[in-house]
Amino acid sequence: MIGWALVGACVMAGLGVLAAVVAPRSARPAWAGAATVGIGVAGLIAGVAALSGQEFHAWLPGLLPIAGLRLAVDPLGGWFIAVTGGVLAAAALFGIGYAGGGHGPSGRGVQAALPVFAAALLLVPAAGSVSTLLVLWELMALASLLLILAEHRGRPAVAEAGWWYAALTQVGFVAILLGVLLYAAHAGGDSFADLRAAHLSPALRGTVFVLVLAGFGSKAGLVPLHVWLPRAHAEAPSPVSAMLSAAMVNLGVYGVIRVGFDLLGGGSRWWWLLVLTLGAVSALYGILQATVAADLKRLLAYSTVENMGLVFLGLGAAGIFFTSGAPGLAALALAAALLHVLNHAGFKALLFTAAGSVLRATGTRDLDALGGLRSRMPVTTVLFAIGALCAAALPPGNGFVSEWLLLQSLVHALPAGVVVTAVAMPVAVAVVALTAGLAVATFVKALGVGFFARPRSDAAAAAKESPPAMLAAMGLLAATCAASALAPAALGPALSRSVGVAVHTPATVLSGGLSLHLAGIASTVSPLLILIAVLVALAGCVLLVRLVSGRVVRRRAVQVWACGAGPLTPRMQYTATSFAEPLQRVFDDVLAPETDVDVTPYAESQYLVARMAYRARVPDRVEHALYVPIIAAARRLGRLGPVLANGSVHRYLAYGFFGVTGVLLVLAVTR
Amino acid sequence: MNRTALIATVAQVVTVVAGAPLLAGLMRQVRARLEGRAGAGIGQSWRDLRKLLRRSPATPTGTGWAFRLAPLLLVGTSLVLAAVVPLLSTASPLDHAADLFAVVGLLALGTVTLALAALDTGTAFGGMGASREMTILALVEPTILVAVLALCARVGSTNLAAIVTTTLHDPLRVASPASLLAAAALVIVVIAETGRLPVDNPATHLELTMIHEAMILEYAGRDLALVELAASMRLSILLGLLASLFLPWGIAGASLAALPLALASLLAKVAALGVALSAAEVFIAKLRLFRVPELLAGSFVLAVLAVTSSFFIA
Repeated sequence: MIGWALVGACVMAGLGVLAAVVAPRSARPAWAGAATVGIGVAGLIAGVAALSGQEFHAWLPGLLPIAGLRLAVDPLGGWFIAVTGGVLAAAALFGIGYAGGGHGPSGRGVQAALPVFAAALLLVPAAGSVSTLLVLWELMALASLLLILAEHRGRPAVAEAGWWYAALTQVGFVAILLGVLLYAAHAGGDSFADLRAAHLSPALRGTVFVLVLAGFGSKAGLVPLHVWLPRAHAEAPSPVSAMLSAAMVNLGVYGVIRVGFDLLGGGSRWWWLLVLTLGAVSALYGILQATVAADLKRLLAYSTVENMGLVFLGLGAAGIFFTSGAPGLAALALAAALLHVLNHAGFKALLFTAAGSVLRATGTRDLDALGGLRSRMPVTTVLFAIGALCAAALPPGNGFVSEWLLLQSLVHALPAGVVVTAVAMPVAVAVVALTAGLAVATFVKALGVGFFARPRSDAAAAAKESPPAMLAAMGLLAATCAASALAPAALGPALSRSVGVAVHTPATVLSGGLSLHLAGIASTVSPLLILIAVLVALAGCVLLVRLVSGRVVRRRAVQVWACGAGPLTPRMQYTATSFAEPLQRVFDDVLAPETDVDVTPYAESQYLVARMAYRARVPDRVEHALYVPIIAAARRLGRLGPVLANGSVHRYLAYGFFGVTGVLLVLAVTR
Repeated sequence: MNRTALIATVAQVVTVVAGAPLLAGLMRQVRARLEGRAGAGIGQSWRDLRKLLRRSPATPTGTGWAFRLAPLLLVGTSLVLAAVVPLLSTASPLDHAADLFAVVGLLALGTVTLALAALDTGTAFGGMGASREMTILALVEPTILVAVLALCARVGSTNLAAIVTTTLHDPLRVASPASLLAAAALVIVVIAETGRLPVDNPATHLELTMIHEAMILEYAGRDLALVELAASMRLSILLGLLASLFLPWGIAGASLAALPLALASLLAKVAALGVALSAAEVFIAKLRLFRVPELLAGSFVLAVLAVTSSFFIA
């Protein structure tokens, strides 16, 4: 089953590439998109089959020179394959609708890269050896780079995002390469089975883990390796943004679980304290930047950094419990992390596709220029509201369920734990809580400013509802979110199997029907019952009001209160920037916002102001503090080039002479 | 058993709905007397509500479904909270559906609907109120959850009935440093969540200082009545929750016979807390908005101390 599904995905990728090359420009997005939908569905089938307990191994020596292609699918890989497949299918369906009417890219190369990217994404969690993993990883990185660069002719920011992504993804790749090659060299084998059986010294294991963490962390957007993410996810075409943000970043999580738990077998506690710290910092930094972002897609991208931070926080907690001899709690924390991967994929794909609909309808991503969409794009608004409810981790959204699980594992660690957990867990709880609070503010801003109130620009006032294919894709994603929010217990068996691969003990982590029960902890919650209770309360409330007020009272249409002045203009509304101002001021020291005021006086007198310009922006502080010096140093090094190689033949002959002499000297001394 | 639990829960909800405006009236009356005024009497809040409920609601031009739905949702979530929190009895049939985290989430959900409604009006007042309310909500969250951690760590469950029952079986727990510090932290949280002094002034109509009032400025008639009712319900639920967590005596289990006693003790506890709160409010002034984070940071430190002491001392 799994094998056939994966073969089917590869065949469809081939057909998709062929269609993209052969088909005329107008039909290209539909054909390539249909192939990608097929790949996604095949992935979903393969993943679900793996989660139901099937295993798959394949060894294809002819496909890859020297090492051969080795595939191995277990429930852990299956979880990620299923999530990726679902996201790909929905996002590609959205992409088909998105492309109509001159929107989105239709170039031959970009459309051919889409199915390749999709197939590589699916196959990375199916890799069974180091060389297979590396080849597929690089294929995924290159194909995604092409997709991010799709609209580079239209906007210069796209090319810049492409540079950042290319640089960081290659740095990450080199780190993974070094880590796994070091591991494989000492293990004496290339396949994951060999790696599992290897005995390495603790120092070497630590080195391998740190290298691999850096590599996978850069893909997942962990601070400080996140700088590519808000650029690339914001500048890519919206269906691609959804795939990147909901599917590709997850593979960073997969890599750390696979290598850290499965292959290296848990390791030492300091590894996971490092993971926990990185996750906590990413979660806080990501959501703080999202809180002050006024660009809708940039906001969503920073929210991805936040959610990946929460997932890594869960991984770190799981590792700490695992190495402290509490496998039950470790399984729970890991299950929370995996569930959050699924839930985040659902709501982030939904939010990015909804943002894409807004971008397509209005031509802008700037929240300060949006508004009033609820009457112009009613379905999109409702769907975005569902996504925002999930992303804000409020009941009964799906984000609430996974954060609830995460909090349960953190809260109940105290009596069982050691001093490390007693110090780390309350801090982790506080981080999760502050993150959740700021996420609420962020998504109230995105929904309230972007979709409600009155349009702040002509473009927003002229918005039209999206075509049915896009709405259907978003509806599917919203239904998935609702299902995982209201019936999380149904995922219990699959989740337990995936977690069992990592912590090596098959255990039932969560169970229950209507309400969610945990193994070893008495807490329960039932999002479905909460929803029903709220609905019943609403109905009762309406009835009571009818009863008390006696007769049906008609609503009066009135003017908005304007303090007695004339009617308010849309420019007088709060914008996204003004909404976030108090939080920006509270977190002034972390965000370091920049404001410029330019005052131009008249020539006659400096007291008469002709023009004033005010600019405020919140730059990414990590980028300024860390990357600007590195880039400056690289540039200085580059300037050395023309000096060293100035075209003089004498100089080159001298280099050759001194070089050879130097080597000979070294050889003479060492031999 | 099941029938008893249902009766107890219905009694609890009715008590909260009927009693919440009385609590608001009581607090206003206490304040009036302490300030040397005669006051309008405890029943004034109910009289206001009755008057407003009979008036038609207003829909300002340019508002949409978020504005119209918010009052209903606010009352709806408050009703669910009134059914979940163990005020009269620990046998609520909804107890296993919503634990303490879900209660915190439902409170936030109510606040969020109101903030969205405020943004929906498209006025500067609405935006200002929503923005300030969300800032405070975000900063309050860490304190709540860390205090929850301090309360739940030794119980092994975050379900409210389990926490209350454990405290009833082990009364000395209330006097432990962890519990006292958590109580102090949660008091500040309740003040911030319900918009009382010194975080927000419930009596002000000055645009520079108001938070909650700015959000509900556009509501009139029946909608305003619902919002006011929900606000007073949330205050009484939170005070009741404080009482149940830290002074749980009198709460009935699954028997109907203990219900009258539970009702009397609940009314006494909540009234005492309300009187104390409004008496304290007479002596303090509102904080500047940007000093509020310092107050909340202080409550966060208390909550962290509570966790630390629950691990190292208890």
